[in-house]
Formats: sequence, C-alpha cells, structure tokens
Amino acid sequence: MRVYVFLIYIFLYLPIALIVFYSFNAGRYAMDWQGFSIEWYGKAFANPFAVKALWTSVTVGLWTAVLSTLIGTLAALGLERIHGAARKTFDGLVYVAIMVPGVVIGIATLIAFVTVFELVNPALAQLLGDAAPHFAMGMTTIIGAHVLFNLAVVILIVRARLSGMDRSLIEASEDLYATPFGTFRQVTLPLLMPAIVAGFLLSFTFSFEDFIIAFFVAGPNNTLPMYVFSSIRRGITPEINAIGTVVLTVSLTLLLIAQLILRRGAADSRRRAG
Amino acid sequence: MTAAVNRSRLVSALLVTPAALFFALLLILPLVVVVIYSFGARAPAGGYEPAFTFANYANLPARGTAFLNTLTLAPLGTVLCALIAYPLAYFLAVKTSARWRTLLLVLVVVPFWTSQLLRIYAWLLILGNKGLPRFFDLIGVEDLRIVNTPAAVLIGMVYGYLPLMVLPIYVSLEKLDLRLLEASADLGANPWRSFLQVTLPLSLPGVATGSMLVFILLMGEFIIPALLGGGKVFFIGNALVDLFLQSRNWPFGAAVSVAMVLLMLVTVVIYMRFVLGRGDTRRVALV
Repeated sequence: MRVYVFLIYIFLYLPIALIVFYSFNAGRYAMDWQGFSIEWYGKAFANPFAVKALWTSVTVGLWTAVLSTLIGTLAALGLERIHGAARKTFDGLVYVAIMVPGVVIGIATLIAFVTVFELVNPALAQLLGDAAPHFAMGMTTIIGAHVLFNLAVVILIVRARLSGMDRSLIEASEDLYATPFGTFRQVTLPLLMPAIVAGFLLSFTFSFEDFIIAFFVAGPNNTLPMYVFSSIRRGITPEINAIGTVVLTVSLTLLLIAQLILRRGAADSRRRAG
Repeated sequence: MTAAVNRSRLVSALLVTPAALFFALLLILPLVVVVIYSFGARAPAGGYEPAFTFANYANLPARGTAFLNTLTLAPLGTVLCALIAYPLAYFLAVKTSARWRTLLLVLVVVPFWTSQLLRIYAWLLILGNKGLPRFFDLIGVEDLRIVNTPAAVLIGMVYGYLPLMVLPIYVSLEKLDLRLLEASADLGANPWRSFLQVTLPLSLPGVATGSMLVFILLMGEFIIPALLGGGKVFFIGNALVDLFLQSRNWPFGAAVSVAMVLLMLVTVVIYMRFVLGRGDTRRVALV
C-alpha cells in the first residue's frame, strides 16, 4: 500500500519536475540532455512575443483578481442576508460557473460579447459619429470571462469563512453601540481578510494559467498560455520548458501562500472562539 | 421598523447586484443565445444568420466521431481515475496519521491547481518519440508509438483529473465511523469482508461525486486530446473550437454545444437520483 501511494506521488510530480529539469538543458532539443545552462531563460525573456504575452497575462490576472475579489466578497456578504428562491438561484449559478467546462464558458462569453458588440457598436457609431468607441475582443473581454468564473471561487471561499465566523463577536459589537458599518469595518472585515486575500491570490493564479477561455475571447491578443500552446504546436523547445518553469514557480508560490493564509486564518478564528 | 427592513433589503440587493449582472450577462444570456443560434443558419462569411431550422441538429452525425470518442474515452477515463484514486484516498483517510494527512492531501491537490496546459505538455515530452519509446527501444520493444493514440489521451485524462477524484472519496472515507468496522470485526467478518460490506458501500457517494465531477470535465476536455491525441483522437471540445474559431460555423457549433450540455445535464440528473436515493435509504437503515 505504501509503495502504491509513493508511486502515485511520483506519477503526480515527475512530469512537473521534468519540465523544470529540462528547462536547464543546454541542447536545442527539449529531451536531449546536453549539460546545464540557463541560456533558454535568457532567450525566453529576450523573445518579444513571449514577453508581450507575459505582460498581457499579468495585466489580465491582476484586473481579474481585483474585480473578482471585490465583486465576489460583496456578493458573499449580500448572500448571507438573502433567503428563499433568489438565494437558491444564486447558489446554483455559482456552482454552474465553477462546474461547467472551460470550453462552454469560452463559447458562452464569446457569443455574449459578439452579440452585445454587434448591437452596441452601430448604435454608438450613429450617435457619436467618428468619435464613437468601437468595442472589440481583447484584454477587456478576457478579463470579463475570467471574472465570471473566479467570482464564483471568491464567493465560495468568503462564504465558507463567513459561516465559520463567531456571531457573538458581531452581537458584542452591536451591544457596544457600533453602527452596522462600524461593525463591518472593525469586526467582520478583519475576520474575513484571510479569505479575501486567498481569494485574490487564487483568482490571479487561475486567470494566469487559463488557456481555453482566453483562447475563445482573446481576439488578436495572446496570453502566456496561448503563446505556449501555439509554440508547442510548432515544435517542442527548451524555451517552452523555461517559460513553463516560470509559470509553475509563480503559481505554486501563490497557491502555497493562499493555503497558508487560509489555514492561519482558520486557526486564528478557532483560537478566538475558544 | 419597516423602513429599517426596507433599507436592509436594499443593501442586500446592492451587494449582490454586480455579481448578478455578471452571471446574467455572461452566463445565462449566452446560454439562451446559444440555443437560439442552434436553430439558425451560417452567414456566408461565417457567424450567424437568423433562421428557424433543425438542419444543425440533423447535421450532428457529421461530428459523430467526436461524440463517439468523447463518450467512450470519458467514461473509461473516469473509471480508471476512480480505480487509481480509491486506494490513495483510503490510505490518506484511514491509514495516515493526522500529522501527515494534511501535507499529503495538499500534495495531491497542488498539481491540479497548476496549469493544466503545462502538465499535459509534460506528458507530450514523456510519451513523445524522445521519451518513453526511446527507453523501450533500448530494451528491445521497437517502434512503439504512444502519442496520438487513445492510450496517450487516457493517460493524460487520468493524470489531469486524479486529484479531483481523490478529494470526494477522501471526504466520504474520513467521515466513516470506525466503530462500524469494529462492530463488523466483532461479528466475525474478516478485514476484506468488512471492507466490501461496510467501507466500500459507505464511500460510494464519494466515488459517485468524484466520478460526476471528472466525467463532466472530461466531456468538455480540449487540451488533452489536442496535445496527446494529435488530431487523431479528438473530442467534442476540439470540434467546438474548430466550429467556433476556425470554420466559423456558429449555428452548427451551437447545436453541438447544446447536445454536449444536455449530455452533462443527464449525467448530473443520474448522479442526483443515485446519490440522493442511496443517501436516504442509508440514513433510515442506520437509525
């Protein structure tokens, strides 16, 4: 049994380790070890297409994280106060947004954007003439699609924290004549902070790594995963491994921090409750 | 008092509104539009032209191979996932001390949260000509081709979704009341029999949950067949990418996605029948 479990962990981590290992390969072919070198990192960072894609991904990731955290936290707070059919519908939508495969989210958001743009653009052009903005697929549409599913992730995390929260603290604050907003700012918000920060980090990571949704709604833009995908199609090079290692390092670091914050937060509230 | 209640309601509504707008505009509206599109016609330059026709649905067999591949490999991948995940989940829930459990569990989940594209790409390295086949060449098995076969896609599927299967099974096993096993042993059952008659049935809801999650995501899979199937083993997801982005036949693409979402809904309904039904009888039986 132990051997089996050990082998499973090898199975889970060997492929990831291979990418990292071969990113330091001096040779031109991804799987032919020719000695240690960091030259491919230099090449990747000197490649204007890769760097541009990286910036697109970072920008999209940051906007997605900010918007999903803000909108998701507000929604989680609101959902606590709502009951009945509206609440059930909302809960259902949250799960749909998380459960539905990326391909479906990609198609749905693509169609939504195209439909809205086709309606809005001619109307704007008629109203404003040459000065009218012309909406098209691009960074904004990627951010919109990413917020849609990360919003749901944030709602789940923040709500889990809200339901584990000690109600007596809020009651105490009310007994001490704090205004509802004062209670929120001085009691609820600090207690929710770990969940909010974790939600932020997870949203950034999920957006930074997403390929399939961006593939549908990116328009002429390229995110880093899209760049990697098209590079793989052209042939495997150690440059892909180098970029992959950078992506893996970023996401593993953020995931780890998010985990630690969530755990510390949970331990904290247990201590306070006890 | 009523003023306060009204204000409280207003605050709740305001808090939820931005999220509701996102869901309405980017999730519900598009799903309705997809259904409308599926009855439309393809515009000459690609995209959509209003019409009311069932031609797109009648045309579904044109993408029959994609449906066939998906509906054979996705269930197979789900079963393999469950078979491989169960012993691991059992080990973590029953045989591991509390000290190690969290760490080992996090280690299972972490790969699932890292880029799927990169994880599948890694298997392209392993299964490609310079990887495992070269190794097999050395021990005398020549000209082994794994990439671009259903086997490669299956390996990718198991690798990609194993963590998602382990978690629900782990959760159901962790809740297991160990006194039930003691009772079973006291009544003379050997460990194997206790497992088959107590542990396994009680953990089936976890297996069902994991299977549903994995199966639904596998049905919409694109990256795994695209990279490891190399155009030979393709799924509905690959057909959809082609229809929406390359050949730009949106009405037909819409019909294909409606069919896919219906298949997913059927899965969810079967799951709810199965798990809810079982859960109820069990509760009665235990009391």
